[in-house]
Amino acid sequence: MSNLNTEMVEKYRNNFLQEVTANVEEGEWVKMCMQCGVCSGSCPLGPYWDHPPQELFMMIRAGKREEVLTSSSMWMCTSCYNCVARCPRGLPITHIMHGLAHYADRLGIAPKGQQTRKFANLFWDNLTKTGRVNELRLGISLYFMNGFAAGVKKALSMAGMGMGMMKTKRLSPMEYFGGHSIKDKKGLQAILKKAKEIELAKEQKF
Amino acid sequence: MAKKEYSFYPGCSSQKAASASNYQTSVASMCDELDIQLNEIPDWNCCSASIGFAGGGELPRLALSARNMALSEQAHPDQDIVATCAACWLATKETQERLHGDDALMEETNQALAEGGLKVKANQNVRHMVEVLIEDFGYDELGKHVTRPLEGIKIAGYVGCQTNRPFGIDGESFENPKYLDKLVETMGADPINNYDKKVSCCGGALAFSEPEKSQALIKDIIESAYDGGADMIVTPCPVCQLNVEAYQDHINAKYNTKFNMPVVYYSTLMSVAYGKDAKQAGLDGQIIKAKQLEEIAGK
Repeated sequence: MSNLNTEMVEKYRNNFLQEVTANVEEGEWVKMCMQCGVCSGSCPLGPYWDHPPQELFMMIRAGKREEVLTSSSMWMCTSCYNCVARCPRGLPITHIMHGLAHYADRLGIAPKGQQTRKFANLFWDNLTKTGRVNELRLGISLYFMNGFAAGVKKALSMAGMGMGMMKTKRLSPMEYFGGHSIKDKKGLQAILKKAKEIELAKEQKF
Repeated sequence: MAKKEYSFYPGCSSQKAASASNYQTSVASMCDELDIQLNEIPDWNCCSASIGFAGGGELPRLALSARNMALSEQAHPDQDIVATCAACWLATKETQERLHGDDALMEETNQALAEGGLKVKANQNVRHMVEVLIEDFGYDELGKHVTRPLEGIKIAGYVGCQTNRPFGIDGESFENPKYLDKLVETMGADPINNYDKKVSCCGGALAFSEPEKSQALIKDIIESAYDGGADMIVTPCPVCQLNVEAYQDHINAKYNTKFNMPVVYYSTLMSVAYGKDAKQAGLDGQIIKAKQLEEIAGK
């Protein structure tokens, strides 16, 4: 268990709702859910959630901390906003799912092999490096995120699509060497560093 | 009409040799015909789309879009920000909404931006390109520029998610928006009726991390277009376009289907209808060739 996780367990003993309200993006909305289930019924990947959003909200209120944070459920969110558009109480469900996923990731207790967790981290690392996404490098790191042998197999199965993209000039092998970037990388990284500091300091105050 | 200028946020996928570079090509041709000048936001950065959330917390992600808005305010203070990518538009517009809804967040964001020598007010309108077309031009005006109507082509208007929810376009319904069908009609083509996967999700970024689950969604989107008698699909979103076009081989292999459905952008249709040639319309960027459009563009 990570230190941060232990720290949070002790700090919020038995009050997971309060912990979510304090530490999760848009977490203060969780208490507004009235359990109608429209979100769960509207989700394109609904059948694959161990606990659909409405259930997660009830579990948070019931203090099921470990079950919620170690779940792969919120990693199934495709950010389609169907639940947000339909929720009769106007909960920003997509953002709460992103917030829960981020929090679980930061505490180090999100499921280890979860594919979207891996990909979402790769995406963030890729974009913060140069300020813009390098699609070729992102693609390659995606193929190899489950190890070398799996990567070769995946890369071969995707070769046709890759060739199609290259032929139509929508992917360039040259991107591997540098590629797209902003000029003020230092400035951007300083901004992101400060933003993270502010966010963590705020959490401490709660 | 006088020249219209906008502060333009093109986004990562529209860059040279990136996955939606063909979108950018057709947008440039369309704007040329409509006398729209797109002034690129200098040194813009990625918005982190809807998938940066594992590594990036709320404030760092908001700071990404805030930096773009700050740069836009410096360079083109009197212009609306316009994005062609659904995710870019959504992230920027959401950031604006959040910053104005929460004074503390605005202050924190500016504290972060100060590290890069920037400051944001976030007062510029944040708009999608289709809003510019519909609101600043209107269907009638857009129709006046048509020199080669796309007669006889049946098109499924796949609106997808993020140009539709949560903000919507032109006040239309989230469940059955009509703007794409109206644009298709304005270009002289036939929109298919009752396209029941019009606002369904293609999996978005999860097409990469959950390919099987996403391809099942994509299969339904294509199948429904065939069921409606469509010759091709049109979309306003780079991720929708990529996902629905590029995985058809994989889907055919898995589901024993024979999909071969071109997927184009609204700007592709408009460029062809406005008399641009195949290259200007970005038709060489189709993995699945849009032959009917190529024929019209070649006349």
